[in-house]
Amino acid sequence: MSKPKLIVIGNGMAGVKTLEHLLTIAPDFYEVTVFGTERHPNYNRILLSPVLAGEMTLADIVINDRAWYANRGVTLHLGKTITRIDRKRRMVTADDGTAASYDRLLLATGSSAVKLPIPGNDLSGVLTYRDIGDTEAMIEMSRTARRAVVIGGGLLGLEAANGLALRGMQVTVVHVMPWLMERQLDQNAANTLQRALEIRGVEFRLGASTTEITGIDGKVSSLTFKSGESIDTDMVVMAVGIRPNVWLAESCGLQINRGIVVDDSLQTYDPRIYAVGECVAHRGVSYGLVAPLYEMAKVCATHLAELGSHYYLGTVPSTRLKVTGVDVFSAGNFIGTKASQEIVLKDSRNGIYRKLVIENDLLIGSVLVGDTSAASQYVGMIAAKKNIASIRGELMFIS
Amino acid sequence: MTETKSTCPYCGVGCGVVIETNGGKITGVRGDENHPANFGKLCSKGSTLHLTLSPGARAVYPTLRAERDKDRERVSWQVALDHAATKFADTIRDHGPDSVAFYISGQLLTEDYYVFNKLAKGLIGTNNVDTNSRLCMSSAVAGYKATLGADAPPCAYEDIDHAECIFIVGSNTAFAHPILFRRIEAARARNPRVKLIVADPRRTETASEADLFLQIKPGSDVALFNAMLRVMLDERLLDQTYISEHTDGFAAFQATLADYAPANVAETIGASAEMIVEAARIFAKSPASLSLYCQGLNQSARGTDKNAALINLHLATQQIGKPGAGPFSLTGQPNAMGGREVGGMANLLSAHRDLGNADHRAEVAKLWGIEAVPATPGKTAVELFEAMHAGSIKCVWIACTNPAQSMPDQTMIRDALRHADFVVLQDCYTDTETATYADLLLPASTWGEKEGTVTNSERRISRVRAALPPPGEARHDWQIAVDFAHAIAAKLPLADAARLFPYACAEDIFNEHRETTRGRDLDITGLSYSILESRGPQQWPFASAAHIGKVRLYEDGIFPTENGRAKFANTKFLPVAEAISAKFPISLNTGRLRDQWHGMSRTGRASQLHAHAPEPILTMHPQTLAQLGIEDRDLVTVTGARGVMRLPVEASEDMALNEAFLPMHWGSRFIKGAGINTLTLSTFDPTSRQPELKHAAVNVERAVLPWRLVAMAETTDASKLLTALAEHFDAFEYATCGISGRDKDIVVFRAAAKKPVPQHVIDTLDAQLGLDETSLEFSDAAAGINRAMKIDAGRVISIRLAGDISGQEWLGEWLESRVDIGSLGYRVLAGGSTRPLGSSARGRIICACHHVAINEITGVFLNGGTVNDAQQKLKCGTGCGSCLPEIKRIESCIRVKLANDKPALAELAA
Repeated sequence: MSKPKLIVIGNGMAGVKTLEHLLTIAPDFYEVTVFGTERHPNYNRILLSPVLAGEMTLADIVINDRAWYANRGVTLHLGKTITRIDRKRRMVTADDGTAASYDRLLLATGSSAVKLPIPGNDLSGVLTYRDIGDTEAMIEMSRTARRAVVIGGGLLGLEAANGLALRGMQVTVVHVMPWLMERQLDQNAANTLQRALEIRGVEFRLGASTTEITGIDGKVSSLTFKSGESIDTDMVVMAVGIRPNVWLAESCGLQINRGIVVDDSLQTYDPRIYAVGECVAHRGVSYGLVAPLYEMAKVCATHLAELGSHYYLGTVPSTRLKVTGVDVFSAGNFIGTKASQEIVLKDSRNGIYRKLVIENDLLIGSVLVGDTSAASQYVGMIAAKKNIASIRGELMFIS
Repeated sequence: MTETKSTCPYCGVGCGVVIETNGGKITGVRGDENHPANFGKLCSKGSTLHLTLSPGARAVYPTLRAERDKDRERVSWQVALDHAATKFADTIRDHGPDSVAFYISGQLLTEDYYVFNKLAKGLIGTNNVDTNSRLCMSSAVAGYKATLGADAPPCAYEDIDHAECIFIVGSNTAFAHPILFRRIEAARARNPRVKLIVADPRRTETASEADLFLQIKPGSDVALFNAMLRVMLDERLLDQTYISEHTDGFAAFQATLADYAPANVAETIGASAEMIVEAARIFAKSPASLSLYCQGLNQSARGTDKNAALINLHLATQQIGKPGAGPFSLTGQPNAMGGREVGGMANLLSAHRDLGNADHRAEVAKLWGIEAVPATPGKTAVELFEAMHAGSIKCVWIACTNPAQSMPDQTMIRDALRHADFVVLQDCYTDTETATYADLLLPASTWGEKEGTVTNSERRISRVRAALPPPGEARHDWQIAVDFAHAIAAKLPLADAARLFPYACAEDIFNEHRETTRGRDLDITGLSYSILESRGPQQWPFASAAHIGKVRLYEDGIFPTENGRAKFANTKFLPVAEAISAKFPISLNTGRLRDQWHGMSRTGRASQLHAHAPEPILTMHPQTLAQLGIEDRDLVTVTGARGVMRLPVEASEDMALNEAFLPMHWGSRFIKGAGINTLTLSTFDPTSRQPELKHAAVNVERAVLPWRLVAMAETTDASKLLTALAEHFDAFEYATCGISGRDKDIVVFRAAAKKPVPQHVIDTLDAQLGLDETSLEFSDAAAGINRAMKIDAGRVISIRLAGDISGQEWLGEWLESRVDIGSLGYRVLAGGSTRPLGSSARGRIICACHHVAINEITGVFLNGGTVNDAQQKLKCGTGCGSCLPEIKRIESCIRVKLANDKPALAELAA
């Protein structure tokens, strides 16, 4: 009897993590085929920053090499982008004409970097920061260019800035919001992080909206702000956000709500099709960080294996990152509500800022910079809605 | 290094010190091996004198304020003296000489005292010159005069070596006169027959050494002494021959004794009849009985009677005028004796003359070369301030004392100071409680800078010598008085100041004073600076023909009364001036700590003197606390008829039920409010005019102040920081500050409130403590908790805990020990009662010299060690020895508890 066929579209972290779980739970259940647009094997996207910073090489960040697929009998198509899904016939077709049929389909198409729709965004020297190609381009440019502007004070932008600074460039981060990483950090935390980066030579322009990039001979030469001011630069990196890659799902008629809509079993509106990762919208939320993706992968694998032992109920938004060597963590509602209370610890000399947000004796959010001890306990407490009244005094110091 | 011999400026033992100076600074102090008061020993206070100089707090130029609500500003001496003279002269012209007053000090030297007395009584023409000795020794004076006929302690320190019964009453000698207590310990070690009897409301360190301890009720002393005499009478232990040949008045007194059978008065006294009998027998049967007593008898509205009733015991048993016997009043101040010798009080004249005696007045007028000494009695301390309050005294000149801390009923005293038209303060420090009220502050020289003489408890005159010149523009106290005499004489039709005050140096004054003693009981006409120089300190009398002063008085049974016979005082028990009541049911007793002296204006500057008792604490019996629903270490509100105080309470079985003890030292520099004397009362003894500082009726209740604050910070100018921190006291319901540390001063601020104080208070505090944006900070605003800490190179240098102060003990130890805690990072902010690093708490410092803490000492005893082992191992008690009674007490406590009740040991460690 032949095995049912599973096709995974996307050779990124979420898709392959699902596959890893699935192969652990039910190693012989499916005949598996994986399509990946990039020519590289599955690598850890999070570690692109150390590569940019010169701390790691591409080889260091590969998670699953070709042998991994071969040893598990998984057919791997690299450098092939699926352009069509025929749900009636349960067929997919790639840009090179490769076609394959499926019994189950897993969409893990990820997301793309957003490019600001401003004049000059197509000049040479204007980059985004998303994949190995972008990273290699930045490394290459840094060899000759002196000045760089990174638009976007989020995680990726800061990592790009730090990496370029380490490669000897004079870097300015331009951020439209009043403080860095505003979705992950409160203002104090962001200030702490900013000081740590300033010590390393990165400059900042906060609350600055870029209106135009100008160039000479098709190459970037300066950047103009809404205020009318402009600064000279040899390179612009846009790290202003990501957009779920949904056009393939959309083209085959799946329900889309910014991301591919999935239920708590990561199933799309087509029961044969599942989706995980940055391309999905679960309960109206799209995620861009690794922890929820890995959670989805775990849940989805149990359903693909027809066990269905787990459900994905959403992830307490939490960030635990090393931003350019500075530990940063945030979870839950770290800004607080009218009724919430804050426990705050500051050790500015050591670049440490820690905040816990409490409401009705429950921990509802936290942001930690410089020292993220107990971050996982905090996430657990936020999710479990544990009453912390009796440990309030020690809560900041648990480890 | 240069060495200068001088004396200690603290208690009346009058120890000789050797001051070590180096490069224009006093660098050390040690006991003078040749001084007969101490033979080289010094107590914890004396041995730290060099740490009390606080250059930052010294007055080095005159300051004057134009208006009451302004700060004082620097002026020249000429402006200062002219302003003071104008104020005084105008007031005298309008309201007469009795509208001005001088309130001086038992810490002044004899020469200073002499000039002030002559200035007031001889030049200005008022007898309004009284001193803080009124708060200290005047009942002892009155007691001696009422019975023996003169103000002369008949004994000498060497009598301690000869006594076989030592009766200590109303004195915690171990704390207040430690060097004498060392001598008692040595005498007892030499002679096991010596019995020590102690009567005190508290089981003090002195009491814990006693063979017989009578824990008497406050103020019951006369009943005890009369009951003892009654026992002696009944058991035929009296010396009837001596009574009939050398005394008067026994018959009348014997009738009084009918009411004092021990069984009848035991309840009044609080000790059993058996114990009273036992005490009487030991005293009467001993070959030599020596009584040592101090403020417990003196600071009482019945102080004269208490003194006299004790002296009665000595007269009735002839325990006087022989080696090892006599009623020996221990003086509280270094020169209360000298002050009385020159007549520097409102009721006295030079050389123990009485102001009320017209012949004496005439004698003094003649000696001074003036027409007359005014006859109107001067105002004594309490009366003087009451007169200021009432407006009849308008200008006051305060020298070398701190009435805004030391006088009873501070509410009245401070009102009086505010009410006065003009307040002059002549002092060496700028930051005493009284300085707040001074319109003019004149900088005076101080210990280590002054020349002159003092007289100690055993009538011994010692030279005080200068090791350094006064700093800045500071002048000697006598010089300031002379300068003022000239300034005011120029403005009023007074005698010629140049003729009255012709002194070029302190010795000139001494020589004039000496002449006034000719033929008096204290005749020192045989004494001179050169004899004191060549032969060392000498006792009086030392008449011109004498080769040596008199060691002991009344050996011939002849007394300085009209008929040469001593008088029995017909003393009757009267209760305390302020009885406890339903409203104020607790008897408050005041007294001394081991390492502080008086109002802390000097001892309060040496951080190591704060270690033994770091904060003002009320002490009460655990059963009384339990009845009041108060727990050990709770904050309490102590309410009296005149004021309120808040402070922590400590449970101690050394206290009697329904009594409370409060150290006398803490004033408004160190605790919110007007200091402990906000609770005491000014009711005074009708004869001695000494107020009842020792006892007041109060109510004690738990103060519910859950929001606490503790701040501690290293500082290079503790006096300045203390002054700054004291400004915050009013923001809290309870607040106090002090100093700790050893190598570096650490200022400690403790406070409590009902709810969190406004953030700006904490912000200001933080700024003063050196806490800034680079400090560690933890806050839980909703819980009212905020902790901040400054770490420098891994060491804590400043801490502020608000809301929750748990962890303060070990944080304080880190600050003090300068241990590297860098590896703990921000976890140092965690607070909590469990200390990190697994180290154990040291607890309170017991040995100030070697900085040994209670838990280290108990550790030795718990392992079966002896006091000697502890001394060997930890060095505790091997410096000044002031902590030895306490170490012995800890040892015996542990021995008992090891035998009975092991779990209770935890209590000791607390």
